[in-house]
Order: sequence, then structure tokens, then C-alpha cells
Amino acid sequence: MPPKPKTPKPKTPRAPKIPSTRYPIERFTLDNGLRVVLAPDRSAPVIGVAVVYDVGIRSEPEGRTGFAHLFEHLMFQGSENLEKLAHFRHVQGSGGTFNGSTHLDYTDYYETLPANALERALFLEADRMRGPRLTEENLRNQVDVVKEEIRVNVLNRPYGGFPWLKLPPVMFDTFPNAHDGYGSFGDLESATVDDARAFFERYYAAGNAVLAVSGDFDVAEATGLVERHFGDVPARPAPQRPDFAEPDLTAERRHAYEDRLAPLPAVAAAWRVPDPIVDFTAYLPYVVLAEVLTDGDASRLMQRLVLRDRIATSVGGYIGFMGEPFEVRDPTALVLQAHLPPGGDVDKVLRTVDEECERIANDGLEPGELARTQARMAAHLLRDTDAVLGRALRMAVLEQQRGDAGLINDLPRLIGEVTEAEVVGAAASLRPSRRAAVEVVPGGAR
Amino acid sequence: MRPLPALGPTRRLTLPRTAERTLSNGLTVIAIRRPSVPLVELRLRIPMPSARLSPAHVARASLLSQTLLSGTSTMSTVDIAAELQRVGGALSVGADPDRLLVSGNALASGLPRILEILREVLTDATYPAPEVNTERDRLIDRIQVARSQPAHLARAALLRRIYGSHPYAVQTPGLAQVRSVTPRALRALHDERLHPAGSTLVIVGDVAPARALDAAEEALSAWDGGGKEVRQPATPPLVPGPLTLVDRPGSVQSSIRIALPAVPRTHEDHAALQLANLVFGGYFSSRWVENIREDKGYTYGPHSLIEHSTAGSVLLVSADVATEVTAPALVETLYELGRIATVPPGSDELEQARQYALGTLQLGMSTQSGLAGLASTYAGFGLRLDYLADHAARLARATREEVAEAAARYLAPARAVAVVLGDADRVESSVAAVLPSERGESPVDDE
Repeated sequence: MPPKPKTPKPKTPRAPKIPSTRYPIERFTLDNGLRVVLAPDRSAPVIGVAVVYDVGIRSEPEGRTGFAHLFEHLMFQGSENLEKLAHFRHVQGSGGTFNGSTHLDYTDYYETLPANALERALFLEADRMRGPRLTEENLRNQVDVVKEEIRVNVLNRPYGGFPWLKLPPVMFDTFPNAHDGYGSFGDLESATVDDARAFFERYYAAGNAVLAVSGDFDVAEATGLVERHFGDVPARPAPQRPDFAEPDLTAERRHAYEDRLAPLPAVAAAWRVPDPIVDFTAYLPYVVLAEVLTDGDASRLMQRLVLRDRIATSVGGYIGFMGEPFEVRDPTALVLQAHLPPGGDVDKVLRTVDEECERIANDGLEPGELARTQARMAAHLLRDTDAVLGRALRMAVLEQQRGDAGLINDLPRLIGEVTEAEVVGAAASLRPSRRAAVEVVPGGAR
Repeated sequence: MRPLPALGPTRRLTLPRTAERTLSNGLTVIAIRRPSVPLVELRLRIPMPSARLSPAHVARASLLSQTLLSGTSTMSTVDIAAELQRVGGALSVGADPDRLLVSGNALASGLPRILEILREVLTDATYPAPEVNTERDRLIDRIQVARSQPAHLARAALLRRIYGSHPYAVQTPGLAQVRSVTPRALRALHDERLHPAGSTLVIVGDVAPARALDAAEEALSAWDGGGKEVRQPATPPLVPGPLTLVDRPGSVQSSIRIALPAVPRTHEDHAALQLANLVFGGYFSSRWVENIREDKGYTYGPHSLIEHSTAGSVLLVSADVATEVTAPALVETLYELGRIATVPPGSDELEQARQYALGTLQLGMSTQSGLAGLASTYAGFGLRLDYLADHAARLARATREEVAEAAARYLAPARAVAVVLGDADRVESSVAAVLPSERGESPVDDE
């Protein structure tokens, strides 16, 4: 593709100032250890309620792969005062929607509802924090449901689990970081009600949870309701979180596997990044670098791999195997992935990624490149928090992992303060010797 | 036992401040104030229907949507993307059988700039050959990936079955048709169809509506009127018949897809049908989901929804189930359809569905992007946001009898058109024991 003639661009003012939000945030802790975050916003008659427990895929025991996620399903199967199906019916019958999801470092449960259902939502969450109904029948039913979830998301589709389930075992050596978080059918089938009771007892303590509520409510009234419904949840201490640290790679790791349904080759590569919690300042440049490399047609790898060299048909880049830079702890990674045209050369793609990182390391960024990337990142962050639920979830996890729900208001500014030198330094560290890569060999091109 | 807390008083649905103007070139601009975050959302909807089934039109429209942002006489693809990023913005383009949709957002301060860039691509897109070649190849790659996905294949088979020779029958182009699209054909399609008359621009966000209208008028008045109007024929009625079984050898699940008749949003039966569908299978707390997921464990994410297109509406029932329970899952599905069509719903389950329908209207309007999507979609059907208030009133007053009548009329299994995509050798005999069945061709052997 020949470069297009450079023509005078319309005169535009300097890059706009990066705006931020000013959500008022109240935080307190109940006697039983439950941390609470309230963020009122009276602009629409809706609320978001999130309860986050500090347990995820990394904490599940060996021989029980997929258990954290299976247990998440069991938290919807009835609780102290609620029959099976009651939770769903009460949320939806109040005009709301619900879900839960299991991540590497946490598990969340949430609802978004019209504001007049606030007390009901708090009641429902408090009830299962006291204890879910763990029965053999519900367990067997949800093992079947989870197996269908794995079939529809992994086994019956091309690129299933790529790269989030396929890359960690290449990059990491220890069970917590390396294993399949969806779980093997064998492990899921051998899960017992006793396992579930022990898991709840250990990890689902009030002291191991954060409740966040955002939206249309009065803080004093909501504080009273939180105390009324959660105040008598029994106190149990939060378990000590194990150290999941692993050393950085010193030599490249590569793995290839055949995907019988995939029509095109694909590759993903990952490099370890600084500790997102302990060393946030050193970590943020990597979050920005991922966007410099892959956000939009003006990003480095889109320009080079897709538009110029045409050796990839799509690229993506993000931090954390589940793509959530502000909801993950160490160890984690910057992940780049590309799908290739038929017959594409994975080695060439990786070499070209290396070249582009070296080019940033040696020549720096182009004028305006950093500012425009930061402006777009700010828009993404603001958009994520426009929904009351997205806001509650992000604040709950920030509070849990950092003790700082208010960081939600600062993220656009902090992203904007990352310097070119820091991004250049991050790019220089993406060397092939620190890389883990996984390649999809297409078996589906029939 | 602790009692379930009662709900507080219901808050009335209030519509945001809105202004509307039709520009001299015929473009309708709708501006909605929602200052929750300092951003703006844009949706430009340009009608692009086809008068007849034309895979070539589908291919041209698809590739046009991939190349509209590929360059103007003064800007390259990269320039356009970089200039949008400078104001925190991005644009994307999508096509379906009814329209082209340009979607975007930016920092609120960037509204004038994103509108200028929109004008540039609308009035001066050049479809340069090198970029068109690149995007053509990428579109072919994407179609190949789509064809390896059971959800795509099942939908394609169902569309072909229910729409026959109507333009909606083919919504993804064939590879050969895409290969033959030239830059000249894209420029011709652009000149013929991308016009302001009949198009709607929605702007939502942290901006005063009057100012947003002025900004749109200043940027887009230069967009040329004219072009031709194409009328799309109404969709044909569903014709029930044998279940179509499409083979996907080795599939570990079967994708069950059932189409039933439905009515447009403005039809007098619509609110009652929406409620009947919710009670049947349209949300998690429905009979069908509680049955095949929470009782039987056959499936993970079954759903049933009404899909509105400008030429007609259809109700689609979808579940992906383990191969070995394909026939039993079909039996339960037909049972629940039969039950809702013949026995009036209980008043408790109707009230629960009604609250859900009313509550989710509020949730859908509570974000900038949600409002933008609603306003743009409604505009495509000649409706405005005040439809939400009218619809809420109809949902609130629909009676049990009306819901039962709607269920009998639209959800009766005798009216269903069914497709199953799966490992035919393993499921054929048991499926045929439930419904008369015949093998269908794979929906993609068009080369």
C-alpha cells in the first residue's frame, strides 16, 4: 500500500483537556468486616448493586479446576430465606437484570434495577452472603449447565478459549496461574457439596467482600438499609491471600495447538508487566502502550500488520488475560493477539511486532500520538462508568484490591499523566526473550 | 423467615430534553441531552434497503461499510482515525438489510470535529483501490470465521428458510460476490444511496440540544441531497413445514432455532405479545428457561426475542443444547409454546413479566449509548423517544386476556418454523420422532 499524499490537515486546536468525573463516594466498614462503597447519582432513576468476593480462579484447589466458577453458579440457587429460582424472579420481577462472573482474582454478583428496588436488592445479596442452599440436586443441575456453557463458549466454536485459557499455561508454571479456569469436565463432575460448603466457609466471609451501590439514592437512607440487611451477617475473618508470584521469563516460550474448527491461523503473545497494585506508576505506561499498539486504524500494529504489510487480518491488545487492566493483580501480562489470513506466517507477525516495539524504543512516539491515545482512553473509561452498574463494579474491585474506590474519578487524569519516556521504556521491555506465545493451527479450512 | 422488602413507589418514566430539526438537505437531526459523563454519542442511520434479493447488493453494502472510512481526497484511513482520536473519538460503520449505521462517540468538546470528519467521509469518500483491496480480503477472512461459528450458520439457515426470495434471506455475502466488488461499484453505491433525505442523525450527551443541532447543521448542510428511494417489499408470512435439519458433523451441541410470527412495535398486539413472550421464554425467570436450564440442565443461555426490521417483525427462539438431549430439548420447547398458546398465564407470572418490561425500559434509557441506540432505532421506524412513554402505558394496562390471546395467535407451535444445526447422523432419528424433519443444505455452499 503506497503512502497517501500528505495533504494539509484542517486546522484543529490543541488536544482537548482530558475531562474526568466527580462522583461523590462514601466508604465505611460494618462491624462484621464488610466494606461498603456508596456513590449517589440522582440523574436517572436506576441503581447498580455489586458484591465482590476476594476469590477467583487462582484460588481454586488442585483437582477442582473450574470450581470458583461452578460455585458462582451455586450462589444463585437459593439461600437462607429464598427458594431456588427466587433470586432471579425477585430481581427481574422488580424490573431489573442480574448476573455474576468469575475472574482470576475476584468473583462478582450484581444487579441493576429501578431505584425503588434498592432495599430488595440489598436483601437478596445479604441473604446469600449468609449462606447459599447447597444441595446435591442443585449442584448436579449446575454442573450440567456449566458444561453447556463450556461447550457453547469453548468446545463448539472456533478459537474457543483463545487466548485467555490457552496462554496462561504457556506463560506460567504454578497451578494457580496456569490452570484452565473453566475447568475440566472430570474435575467439575467430581465436585461435591462438601467442597462447596468448605469453599463458602473459607472465601465468602463478610470480611472478604465489598458491597458497592451507585445511582439514585439518598446516602443516609442507603446507609441505614445496608446496616439493616448486612449488619447481622456473621463475621468471619478474611483468609490470607496466598502469594501467586512467579519469576519473569528469561527465554521465549512457544506453543502451538490445532483447533479443528478454526479456519485461519492466529497467534497471541504476552509479556509480564509490573505489579498493578504495588507499582501502579510503573504499570500504567503498559496500559497506555497496549492502546498505542492496537487501538484503532491509527495504532502502530494496525498500521503495520494489517494496513501496510497485510500479514494480519485483525489485531488486539490489552492487559490481563481477561482484558481488565484495573481489576487484576500480579502476576499479569500485556497481551497482543492477531488473526492471520489463510496461510499466514506467525513467525513473521511476531518478528514484525518486535520491530515495531524496537521502533518505539529507538525513535519514540510521533508528535501527538500519545495525546490522542490518552484522549481516546479517557473516553473509554468515562463510557464504562456511564452505566450505574459498570460504575459500581469498578468501584467495588478498586476498593477490594486497592482500598481506593475513589480512584475511579482519577483514572482518566492518571492515564493522561503517563509520559512518552515511560511508554518508550515499556515498549523497550517487550523483548522476545520475555515472551510467551501461543499459536492456533487451523484445522477447519476445509 | 425474613420477609422480602416491598418495592418503593414507582418513579415515573421521564424523557430527557430533546430537540429535532430537519436540515434543508432533508437530514433529520435529533439531539438529546444526557450530561452524565462529558461525552457525546452519535448514530447516523442511512436507509439502504434492497428492492429484491440481491447477494451482489449485500456484498457491496458490506464492503462499503468496511471502506467508508478508508480515505477521502485529503485524508487517509490513518489520518481519519488519528483525527478522531485527537478528540477522544472513533467511528465505526455497520450494514444490515435495512440500513447503514455510522456509530461513534467522542469527548463532548470534540463534537464539532467528529461532525466535520463525518461530513468529509459522507461527501468525499474516495474508496482508494489499495485500501479497498485490503478490506475486501479482510471481509473474506471475517466471513470465513463467521461460517465456522454454529450461531452464524444456524441463523443463516433459518433466514433462508423463513424469507425465501425476500431480501432478508441473505444477510452475509458470499465469498465470490465479495471478490467481485470493485472500488467503482462502491463509489456508485455511495453516490446512489448515501443521502441525507430519509437519514437520521442522533446526538446524545453532555451538550445542549440546540447547540448540537447547530453544530450538525453547520457541518452537514453541505451533504448533497438527491439519490433514489428504494422500497423494500414486506416480509412474507411464515410457512410452517417440516423441521430443517442442517448437518454440522462432529458438533458437540445442537443449535435449535425457531421462528414464530410477530408484529411491529406500533401494532395493537405488540405490548401483549411482548408480555406473552416474556412469560414463555423471553427472560431468565420464564417458564422455558426455568425448565430447560434450571430444571433439566440442557443448555446455558436460551433466549427468545422479537426482532423488528423495517419490512416486518419475527419472534426468534434460540437454544444451544448438548447433542444427546437435542430431541428432549425440542420436546420441552414445543411443550412450553403449546402451554402458553392454550392456557392463560397466571396473574403472578404476568405481573412479574410486566415489571420486568417496565423496569428494563428505565434501564435502557439511563446511559448515553443506550439512549442513542434507542432513539436511532426508533427513528428508523418513524418513531421518537415518546414511544417509550406510550409503550410503557400499553404494557401497564395489557390484560391477562389480551396476553393469552396474543400467545394463542403468535406463539402457537403449529405456526413455528424450526431449524436444527448439529451432528445430523446422531440426532436425526430422535428429532424426526418429535417433528416431521428433512435435511437442509448447509447455508454457505454458494461458491
